[in-house]
Amino acid sequence: MDLQKLTADALATINAADNLEVLDQVRVDYLGKKGELTSLLKTLGKLPAEERKAAGQDINNAKREVQQALEQRKQALETEKLNARLASEKIDVTLPGRGQTAGGLHPVTRTMARIESLFSRLGFTVEQGPEIEDDFHNFEALNIPSHHPARAMHDTFYFDANTLLRTHTSPVQVRHMENNKPPLRIIAPGRVYRCDSDLTHTPMFHQVEGLLVDENVSFADLMGTLADFLKQFFEDENLQTRFRPSYFPFTEPSSEVDIQCVMCKGEGCRVCGHTGWLEVLGCGIVHPKVFESAGIDTEKYTGYAFGMGVERLAMLRYGVNDLRLFFENDLKFLQQFGLQQSGNRSRKGL
Amino acid sequence: MKFSEQWLRTLVNPSISTQEMCDQLTMAGLEVDSVAPAAGDFTEVVVARVDSMEKHPDADKLNVCQVTDGSETRQIVCGAANVRPGLIIPLAKVGAVLPGDFRIKPAKLRGVESFGMLCSEKELGLADSAEGLMELPADAPLGEDIREYMKLDDTIIELDLTPNRGDCLSIEGIAREVGVLNHCEIAEQQWAPYKQTITDEFPVEIEADEACTYYAGRVIKGINVKAQTPLWMVERLRRSGIRSLSPVVDITNYVMLQLGQPMHAFDLSKLDGKISVRFSKESEKVTLLDGKSIDLQENSLVIADNSKVLALAGVMGGEDSAVDDDTVDIFLESAFFRPEVIAGKARGYGLHTDSSHRFERGVDTQVQVHAIERATELIREICGGEMGPVLEHKTAAHPEESLPIHLRSNQIKRVLGIELAEDEVTEIFQRLGMEVKVYPDGWLVKAPSFRFDIAIEADLLEEVVRIFGYNNIPRTSPSYHAVIQAQPEAQNSLNELKNCLVNRGYFEAISYSFVDPKWQKILDPEAKNIALANPLSSEMSVMHTTMWVGLLSALKHNVNRQQSRVRLFETGLCFKPQNSDSETINVDEIAQDPMFAGVVCGDIHHEQWAEQPRKVDFFDIKADVEALLACSAADSRFEAAEHPALHPGQSACIKQDGEIVGWLGALHPQVQKALDIDPRVYVFEIKQSAIANNRIPAFAPLSRFPEVRRDLAILVDETIPVADILSAINETASDLVKETQLFDIYQGKGVDEGTKSVAFGLILQEFSRTLTDTEVDSEIDNIVSALNQQFAATLRE
Repeated sequence: MDLQKLTADALATINAADNLEVLDQVRVDYLGKKGELTSLLKTLGKLPAEERKAAGQDINNAKREVQQALEQRKQALETEKLNARLASEKIDVTLPGRGQTAGGLHPVTRTMARIESLFSRLGFTVEQGPEIEDDFHNFEALNIPSHHPARAMHDTFYFDANTLLRTHTSPVQVRHMENNKPPLRIIAPGRVYRCDSDLTHTPMFHQVEGLLVDENVSFADLMGTLADFLKQFFEDENLQTRFRPSYFPFTEPSSEVDIQCVMCKGEGCRVCGHTGWLEVLGCGIVHPKVFESAGIDTEKYTGYAFGMGVERLAMLRYGVNDLRLFFENDLKFLQQFGLQQSGNRSRKGL
Repeated sequence: MKFSEQWLRTLVNPSISTQEMCDQLTMAGLEVDSVAPAAGDFTEVVVARVDSMEKHPDADKLNVCQVTDGSETRQIVCGAANVRPGLIIPLAKVGAVLPGDFRIKPAKLRGVESFGMLCSEKELGLADSAEGLMELPADAPLGEDIREYMKLDDTIIELDLTPNRGDCLSIEGIAREVGVLNHCEIAEQQWAPYKQTITDEFPVEIEADEACTYYAGRVIKGINVKAQTPLWMVERLRRSGIRSLSPVVDITNYVMLQLGQPMHAFDLSKLDGKISVRFSKESEKVTLLDGKSIDLQENSLVIADNSKVLALAGVMGGEDSAVDDDTVDIFLESAFFRPEVIAGKARGYGLHTDSSHRFERGVDTQVQVHAIERATELIREICGGEMGPVLEHKTAAHPEESLPIHLRSNQIKRVLGIELAEDEVTEIFQRLGMEVKVYPDGWLVKAPSFRFDIAIEADLLEEVVRIFGYNNIPRTSPSYHAVIQAQPEAQNSLNELKNCLVNRGYFEAISYSFVDPKWQKILDPEAKNIALANPLSSEMSVMHTTMWVGLLSALKHNVNRQQSRVRLFETGLCFKPQNSDSETINVDEIAQDPMFAGVVCGDIHHEQWAEQPRKVDFFDIKADVEALLACSAADSRFEAAEHPALHPGQSACIKQDGEIVGWLGALHPQVQKALDIDPRVYVFEIKQSAIANNRIPAFAPLSRFPEVRRDLAILVDETIPVADILSAINETASDLVKETQLFDIYQGKGVDEGTKSVAFGLILQEFSRTLTDTEVDSEIDNIVSALNQQFAATLRE
């Protein structure tokens, strides 16, 4: 058979092959052991010696040409096959992922965690205490004897004359001082209770109490710490704070701390009662009687204490306008403080 | 404490604006709560007189009045009940603008022309309500502008005073403070002791000589109780929030506002024998001025005479001895009661009065006679009368003078963190009216009697820094030894545990710790409740013994708001009496255990396109619980157990070291019904202590040799718990068995009724070589025969 014709036939068949199986058959037909080009090589022996070399070269060239074409075609077909597979496997990647979506922490927890984290950087550790307290730890040891007018301000829930729901987290500092020796650096977050319920009061709320007792602690240090804390809490380096003389039986001097209103930046608005200031903290130097009751040497140590309402800070930080929402546990409220919800539900605003 | 700025400025008048003064007071610790005008905004209202009146021809309740302002007479139609000829009233002329931008125009009322309006206190913004026209004194000058006449261009300032500043519960106290802050002198108020004109006395005996240490009294005879309280006094009282009642009562109230000393006037004719100041006895009663009759508790300090209790000392006078329209002679009381005796007493009777408010905070120990003299002067001026001598009764316990207090100069730096010059400190004390002696190491300071709150060195430090100004202190950071705080690695933080559930789709709830006993009874019928003595409502009256009460009520709240899928958890204390027999409550006998609880209903997943919706079931919530328990180093076991709130076939207790640390399960259908919750609910609750500690990882070397897995399926009686089979395998298997993997439970076709197929894979490995088939086979044979022995298990062919 004519080598040229054979080559041309082979190349044509290769190009016509539309899948890898057909192509492989072409390879077997021409280049396999019994393939037509392979067979031609076997006929070389019949040729005269002087022609043999040239003919052999021609056949080998043809084989190489066919081989190359086969390779090319194979690659092309493979690419085509892959492309087809990829095309068939195309999905809508904008569809939401499947499975469980995350929930979220309560905003009060979130706020307390933030307060804890800021104070832990200053070396404060977290302490807890009982919520059903006795009169001694909630009042007496904090220099609030039974006839003290400050008791009326506490609106206490009682179980009996001596047992009550703690009205503040301050008893935790009393218990801590009973069981530990200075230096002390603690914060005590937790639930507290007052017998009061209206638009701006819930009978249960959360406080974070702080106590630092050491050899060189002054009122100026207290002011520095709290001003710093408030700046970091609200992430505002320029946040203005002011300290106002006040009165707590367990600290002296005592102070309320106001921040410049975060809603109006001090211009005056409904939230700050048009004063430009918001009361956020109470604090002071630990009263000598509290130290005496705890057996701490007032000549050696001084200390400062502070307390803040967590809901109040959460409201200011996140713009919550109704205190009572914190305890309704409505998912529509809680979801606003959790992680972003899955794309299975697309939401327009909140 | 509410007061008129005008009144204050008659005593001390620094050249600062109202706003500046308010800021100053607030920053000195006397927080200004509100600032309000003394009257509404109005113009063109003058003093006028009703000259004559006749009935409106067409309206029963209206009168047609002829009213003069001295220069002009107008016809005005008026509907007030107290209108009458001769009455002096405020007249809003045509053109006047009253509060609320109410313009007075000529009008016709039922056909009769009217040129102006006669005003009540309410219409002028002087009171919240009024019963009729405002009646002005007969000598009010006709035609004078009411604002001028009543000096209404004034501001009412209200202070929210802290309990230690009882000294500022008087206009004089506030004036002193303003004087201190502005370096101004206060106009001294002096009243010469009023000369007695009669010798009448009334005997006083102080039995409770520790509680009442001072009692001054004076008899005044022949007063005119029908006299009018002068307008200036009525107005000052009004601006302090006190209503004018009758001249004697008004005067005692006025002196209290002026000097801070509460006083009381008795009708002398109603007193029997003598006044005695004593503690109440069992089953005594008194009817107070407010008409309320109270049964006295034992040991309330009272003022009594020979036959009856006259007054609750320092709180309120009694009706039986009160000054009334027929009173002619009175007995004035000005006493000192110890704060701790009065404190809480008024509250105990559901009372709170201006008097008790002051006595429980303390009053000046030296002001009583001064007050009685001032009251006498006012009574003489207004009601006339003859004055008896002032009789003073003082007991040995009366605090005479305050003791000097030592302030050491190093304390200023140590406690306040500031450096102050010696004379600066001295000057502050002097301004505060204190007697100061300077010593090389500090000051010896004696507080004036009105500053009864100053008793210890810390009080002096506070005064120094208060007057120096808190915000003048440079803010510093505390310096202390930097010590790395202990941080146990194995301790789980509560927030990490919470996040474990957050990542499993839960939201954190916070609910009240006091709950409805009805719900608690349904969920924890055996618990003994700890009940509040003074709950806000019965729905919030007992401390929860399980967090399920609050969580289920939150779940219901959401289900009722179209949330079909709810996953909530909560952490907090649960309260149970430890000694269930004890009837009394003792903090040490109450278990206050931190718990971790959850409730779930609805679909396992949010509605989504890629998963078939499926309701949550026991094993979903068990996986959540297992995820929490995985944070614990302790071995936890689930055992089928019954709980009154849970479905008997779908509830398990969780045990660690044989002790129950938690529960999980489906809510009992009857409980769901009782709570009126429709969707199937699953709940769990674990003690936080059970998941508080994790293990610290301990490395084991990795084997380079292959693992072998053999799968087995055994047939056992369907009642045998799979947990028992798995623990039997663990007990039997040698160390070669590294893991047992449960992969199928089957009942149905091909398996006999009452029997189940349990399929599991065993993964075996030897650390230092490849296992042989013989070794594996013998291990498997051991296990199979052990299962056969213990559970009559057979291999499934």
